[in-house]
Order: sequence, then C-alpha cells, then structure tokens
Amino acid sequence: MNTLVQIQTKPPNDPEQIATERREFLRKCLMASPFLVGIVRVAAQQTGGNGDGVYHPEDHYYGMGVDVSKCIGCGRCADACKTENDVPRDPYYFRTWIERYVITTEGEVSVSSPNGGIEGFPATVSEKGILRTFFVPKLCNHCASPPCVQVCPVGATFLSRDGVVLVDKDYCIGCRYCIQACPYGARFLHPVTHTAEKCTFCYHRVRNGKVPACVEVCPTGARIFGDVRSMASPLTRFRRFNEIQVLKAHLNTEPKVYYANLDGEVS
Amino acid sequence: MLGAALIAARTYLIPKTFGELGHYRAAAVDANASRPMVYAGREDCGVCHDERAEQFSKARHQTLSCEVCHGAAAAHIESPSEHKPPAPRDRGYCPLCHGYNPSRPTGFPQIDPVSHNPGAPCIQCHDPHAPEPPRVPQECSACHAEIARTKTLSSHATLECTQCHQVNERHKVDPRASTPTKPAAREFCGQCHSSDAKAAPEIRRIDLSSHWPRYVCWQCHYSHYPEVR
Repeated sequence: MNTLVQIQTKPPNDPEQIATERREFLRKCLMASPFLVGIVRVAAQQTGGNGDGVYHPEDHYYGMGVDVSKCIGCGRCADACKTENDVPRDPYYFRTWIERYVITTEGEVSVSSPNGGIEGFPATVSEKGILRTFFVPKLCNHCASPPCVQVCPVGATFLSRDGVVLVDKDYCIGCRYCIQACPYGARFLHPVTHTAEKCTFCYHRVRNGKVPACVEVCPTGARIFGDVRSMASPLTRFRRFNEIQVLKAHLNTEPKVYYANLDGEVS
Repeated sequence: MLGAALIAARTYLIPKTFGELGHYRAAAVDANASRPMVYAGREDCGVCHDERAEQFSKARHQTLSCEVCHGAAAAHIESPSEHKPPAPRDRGYCPLCHGYNPSRPTGFPQIDPVSHNPGAPCIQCHDPHAPEPPRVPQECSACHAEIARTKTLSSHATLECTQCHQVNERHKVDPRASTPTKPAAREFCGQCHSSDAKAAPEIRRIDLSSHWPRYVCWQCHYSHYPEVR
C-alpha cells in the first residue's frame, strides 16, 4: 500500500531520465550476475542434500518395503543383522527375524520362527493338508507415531528427523516399558547392557550411504530400502507398483515398513 | 533460594544436548551413527575384485551380495591379508536357500538335499559365480517342487506337465518373463472327462454342457490334486 502511494505521488520524469535509469539498472544486474549464479548454486546444493558432502537429516525420511512373495525364508537377513549389530546369538534376541505361516485346509493357522529362521526351517510342515504357507520377515516398523517413544519415561528412545526410531543406550534406564508398548514385539532388553535394543535400520550404515545389512544380503530382493518422500527411490517404485499393507494398521502407529502380497492372517 | 536450587539442579540433572532437537539427547543420534560397519556392501567388493564382479553381474546369482555367502567383509577391506572371508564349500550352506521347503514361493529352484547327489559338495557341479544361466532344468520339479510332490499323490500322477502346459524356452531362463500356459477351454479336460470321451472307463465323467458351463475346469478343481468334493 505504502509503495503504491509513493509511486502515485512521484510522477514519472522525462523520458531521457527514465532511459538513463534503465541503463543503470541493467548494468548493475549484469555486474551482479556472477554472484547471483553462485548464490543459486549454493542454495541448490543445500536443498539437494548431498552436494556439499554433509548429511542433512531433514532431507531424508526412511522406510522399508517387504515383498512377502519373494521371501524364501533363508534367514540370511536375521543372521547378517546379528553380525552387523552385535546382537547376542542366543535365540531370544532379534532385531529382525523370519516367521513361517502355515494355514491348513481346516483354516488352522500356525506361526513358527525357530531361532528367527537363521538355521532355516524344517521341510515338513504339518500332518494336515496345507492350504497355503509362506514366510514373513519382521522387524521394527519405525512407526511415524511410535508407542514405544510415547511411553519412555526419560526420553531415551525417539524418532529421529530422518524417520528412524533410535535408542539412546547411554541414557536408557532399562525399565522395559517400551518393550511392553511395542505392538510388534520388535524390542528386547540387551542381556549385558540391560538397555532396550531394537532395529535402527542400520543407522550407522544408512548415514554412510549404505543400505541396512538385511537389505544388503537378501538374495531375492524381498527387502527394499529407501526414502519415503523421494520420488526417485526404489522404495517409492515399490509402493507405486504394489498393493501395500502395513501391520496392525488399526493401531494408528503409522508404520513405515510396507508389505506387499501380505496375507490377511499375518499380524 | 529455592529457585536458585532448582535452576542449579536443572543444569546439573538434564544432560547436555537434551531438547536440542526434541525430547531426547541430540548426541544420541551421532552415537547411533558412529558404530563401525561390519558388512562392506557389494560395491566395495567390486573395487578390487572387478573381474569377478563383472562375471557375477551376468550370472543368475546377480541379485546376491558377495557377503551373502562370504560373510561380512568390512574387516577384509581394512586389512585384506589379515582377514580372509570364508567360502562355504560344504553341502550345508546352499540348502539354506535351495533346500526343498513347501513355504518357499513357487518357482524358486529347490532340491531335496537328502536325495540330490548325496555326499557331493554343491560346488562340484554348480559354480556359484557362473556367468551363464544354468543348464535348462531337465524337470519342472527343479523349481516347482511343491507342485511336483502334490501331483505324485494325485490321480494325475502319471501325466506329464507338458500335457496341460505349453512352456516357452524363455521361461526356463527368465521365469517371470514368459509364463507357461494353462488350458483355455473346458473341452481340454473334456478329452478325458466328458461323458462321451474315448478314455479309460475308470476316469470320472461329467456332462460338460450342464456342469457349471461358465467356468474352465481348473477354476474349481485344483488339477495338481483334483478333489471332487
């Protein structure tokens, strides 16, 4: 409004002066152009993320895709996870594991996961007729609305800016509340440190531009890792071309582990 | 006095970077990120083993990372002579993926480790790095083990797979690119099962014109284990 008034109160001068001012303006523009290009380039690098070689957590939002129809139940993911993250080898502690579902012709459902599937699964399944049977890889769903984070009394577990649910093991008091709160059974108490443990999407690898260890070793590409928000990520392609389900959607935890070809019996 | 005590307690009790990014210690993010890596990733293997990587990229195992079989190799990259990655040479390892298991997706190559050349190590016949696609499987059961086993128990046990399915050669190399056909018409099953078929008398017969005419037979009867009920 103010500028409008000024323009109105300052009537245009003679044409000669306007031409001089215009020339002056263009000259200044030309002189400033190298700086402008520089500024634009820096801005583009910062928004692009990797241009300056610095990791910007706010540019990422990680998730994982799991194609159930590609899982062969070899358990390499569960094994690699234990190696990568120094998870105790006892058969009670897993950051990721494989479950086998067997549905009999009578509709009976049984789920098994002997040592998380690391040594494979027995070939014999059921005395009764099998209607269908398949493997389902499980891990922390890195919920966008995580119940485990909500219940932590000290703020030792949190959703990072790049969408990964992490544990601050130096600050965790080992109260196990988060283990109770997780509807997916994805957490355990480390027997040595007595702090909560869980899948971190191999945060130390992801920050270095690598994929999580389970994704690295999956022989059939049943696990897909990527950026949920980026349109040019393998995960986005996976979500574009598959009918996607998440586990226990009714709990409104907003999981970021997306399942394709998931059977209705899986919970 | 009390206020001062509270301020002092707050400064002392609340850890340094707490609350910078949210209700947690911002330093915990870097603590999580600073763990050492144990698996190197297949790109790193290819830096030195470029010929092997090139050969491997054309093989049927091309979707595998080297570390699936050779184990975590970040230590090997740090000091190649000190840490040698192992290579599984016994029969125990390959069946983790290729041993028969009915829960595996159909079409995944599987063998029965008990009956398949017992005692011989897998690598004696199969090169895990082989650049060529495998020799065309002699039998459909190499990949479709679950179907083959089901069929042996059924009244269709003696029928060849090719009796009902036409298989393009390409299916054996790139299974999903060209899938085998299924009988398109009721009359195909009718060759044996229609009431006027010239076939063995013990074969069950049906009047094709009145028996659910809008369906192809296999839409109701699972042909690999036909149950009539």
